[in-house]
Amino acid sequence: MKKIIFAVLTCVTIICGACLMVSCNPGNGDEIELNVYNWGEYISDGSEGTLDVNAEFEKYCEEKGMNVKVNYTTFDSNESMYNKLKSGAVSYDVIFPSDYMIERMIKEDMLETLNLTNIPNYQYIYDRFKSPFYDPDPANVYSIPYFYGYVGIIYNTEYVDAQDADSWGILWNEKYSGKILQFNNPRDAFGTVQYKNKIDVNTNDEAKWRECLEELKAQKPLVQGYVMDEIFNKMKNGSAYVATYYAGDFLSMYEDNDKLAFSTPKEGTNIFVDAMCIPKGCKNKEIAEMYINFMLEKDIGIANSTFTYYSTPNRLVNEDPEYIAAMNEVHENAMEYIAPDFIKDEYEGEYVATFYKNLDDQTLQLMNSLWEELKINGDSKIGIYIVCGVIAAAIITFVVIKVVKNKRKLY
Amino acid sequence: MKTLSRIFMILVFGILYIPMLVLVLYSFNSSKSTGNFTGFSFKWYIELFSAPQTFTALRNTLILAAFSAIIATIIGTMAAVGINKMKNKYIKASVMSVTNVPMMNPDIVTGISMMLLFVFVGSLIGLSEYLSFWTMLIAHTTFNLPYVILSVLPKLRQMDKHLPEAALDLGCTPLQAFFKVEIHAILPGIITGMMMAFTLSLDDFVISFFTSGSDFVTLPLLIYSMTKKEVTPDMYALSTLVMVAILILMLATNLRGEKHRDKLKKRIKENV
Repeated sequence: MKKIIFAVLTCVTIICGACLMVSCNPGNGDEIELNVYNWGEYISDGSEGTLDVNAEFEKYCEEKGMNVKVNYTTFDSNESMYNKLKSGAVSYDVIFPSDYMIERMIKEDMLETLNLTNIPNYQYIYDRFKSPFYDPDPANVYSIPYFYGYVGIIYNTEYVDAQDADSWGILWNEKYSGKILQFNNPRDAFGTVQYKNKIDVNTNDEAKWRECLEELKAQKPLVQGYVMDEIFNKMKNGSAYVATYYAGDFLSMYEDNDKLAFSTPKEGTNIFVDAMCIPKGCKNKEIAEMYINFMLEKDIGIANSTFTYYSTPNRLVNEDPEYIAAMNEVHENAMEYIAPDFIKDEYEGEYVATFYKNLDDQTLQLMNSLWEELKINGDSKIGIYIVCGVIAAAIITFVVIKVVKNKRKLY
Repeated sequence: MKTLSRIFMILVFGILYIPMLVLVLYSFNSSKSTGNFTGFSFKWYIELFSAPQTFTALRNTLILAAFSAIIATIIGTMAAVGINKMKNKYIKASVMSVTNVPMMNPDIVTGISMMLLFVFVGSLIGLSEYLSFWTMLIAHTTFNLPYVILSVLPKLRQMDKHLPEAALDLGCTPLQAFFKVEIHAILPGIITGMMMAFTLSLDDFVISFFTSGSDFVTLPLLIYSMTKKEVTPDMYALSTLVMVAILILMLATNLRGEKHRDKLKKRIKENV
């Protein structure tokens, strides 16, 4: 019996060793590794019969006589991506940060300028996405936009009056008490108040932030929860009626529940751009630029856009009839949500759509501490603390009494 | 009283197993939604084996868990044997508490300190990339060690001290005595330790998060990065498969234990 166990163990070791050899050195030495760091679920990855973009890129390189292997890893937030890069412990070739994070990374000299002759497809990017506030110098381009999107209100038409849904005020509407979902990150949650009260979202004024906190505290009893990805399930199965999230994600929720509707609040909203950048320390800048260019190819762009439902700044994709037809199959007015007029007008209309900009450290800290104050503060929790405290006290007194009694017995 | 205890037992098992059953149920759901069950299908299982990213992550997780478990078992067993042989009980106690530190420490402290160490050492020896599969392996082995030591030590204490002495008497070298006699006596402890190390490494997130490099992703990391968008149901399918595998493993070990016990009983009866 023991011999068998040892035999099995040896086999496992050998097999694992072999796997490791395969995964670490796939034989030929001229293989180039490209480390790509993107948001989770933000690329067409070959699931559900879609195109596997990274595999396509490897194939494309092979045709050019290069042996490239894409190491594709994912992050969940700009901040965790930033920390990982800033620690200096890892090196990536292509990363996908959002606007304000790009601004910060350029300021901290963490990004390489791109050689646009290697990225000919840059010409297909709409002009309004070129030289944005976070990367303003057309002579030194650091980022190529990948997707953009904006926040809006998603509501269930079975329970919510459409006329309530055109304003951020719906998140404070007592009619929907207990059925409202709020963002579970400080920037977006404070953003909902700031847009509602027409306060600049990038303000440094402490009093204004405190004012917003009061609003959020007032909202807390009405809110079912502070959530991110749970929004999908809660909205789809109707356990919540009102939520704020991104337009692209509304379309993927709508696929499963056609009672849902989307509105852009009249007071204005937040737009964001996620762009492709090459961080300092990249090992194969040319291949990385090739990868960025490849992402702007029409077929690849369409595959990614129909996978994520986010809006593309790429003219080739956005104006492609096949793509539009595919999106219209998801929702009859899909393109209105994907490429709304206020963005087509180059943000010039009366409608206010603003970016979150990089806050200074002091404001950032203030926001985080206010957010914690909101999350910790609450009447419902006090009861739990009291019960726990009483139980702990009871156990301690019980133990002390026991110990004292035992000691007495000894004497 | 009996019905009361039965109700209590049902309640406990219910709380333990209902979440898993729900997960299994929804892994067979035909739509993405977790709110309503729209129909039975194997879609997500097929999906699981066709999505390359999930598959790589699964392979990485298994490789990492197997390797760190094996290395931790070897080092841990050696450490346990050494600790057991210590004469001075104060030194013994202090060594034990030092080895237990990685277990007592919150994961986040272990993770961050490991990362700082790797960055520091990496910059000292001039690597271009400090974190990789190897740093993750070191980190996982480190936090697995105390569990192996803790499961091997009691077996060593239970073992008859005169067993290795007898082996030495009969002409074994100390090393031979260990491999021919001692290791057989403590094998159950070693196996338990290894299984524990394997499962711990399998589902570790926090330490992996801080020590993972740019080209090696494990499943927990992959699932976490999905949380801004939606966790796809092929993860439910994957979790179901892992659960079934563990269930089979547990059943097999327990059944083997029972068989062994039966055999022992029989032998004792025959001898009497």
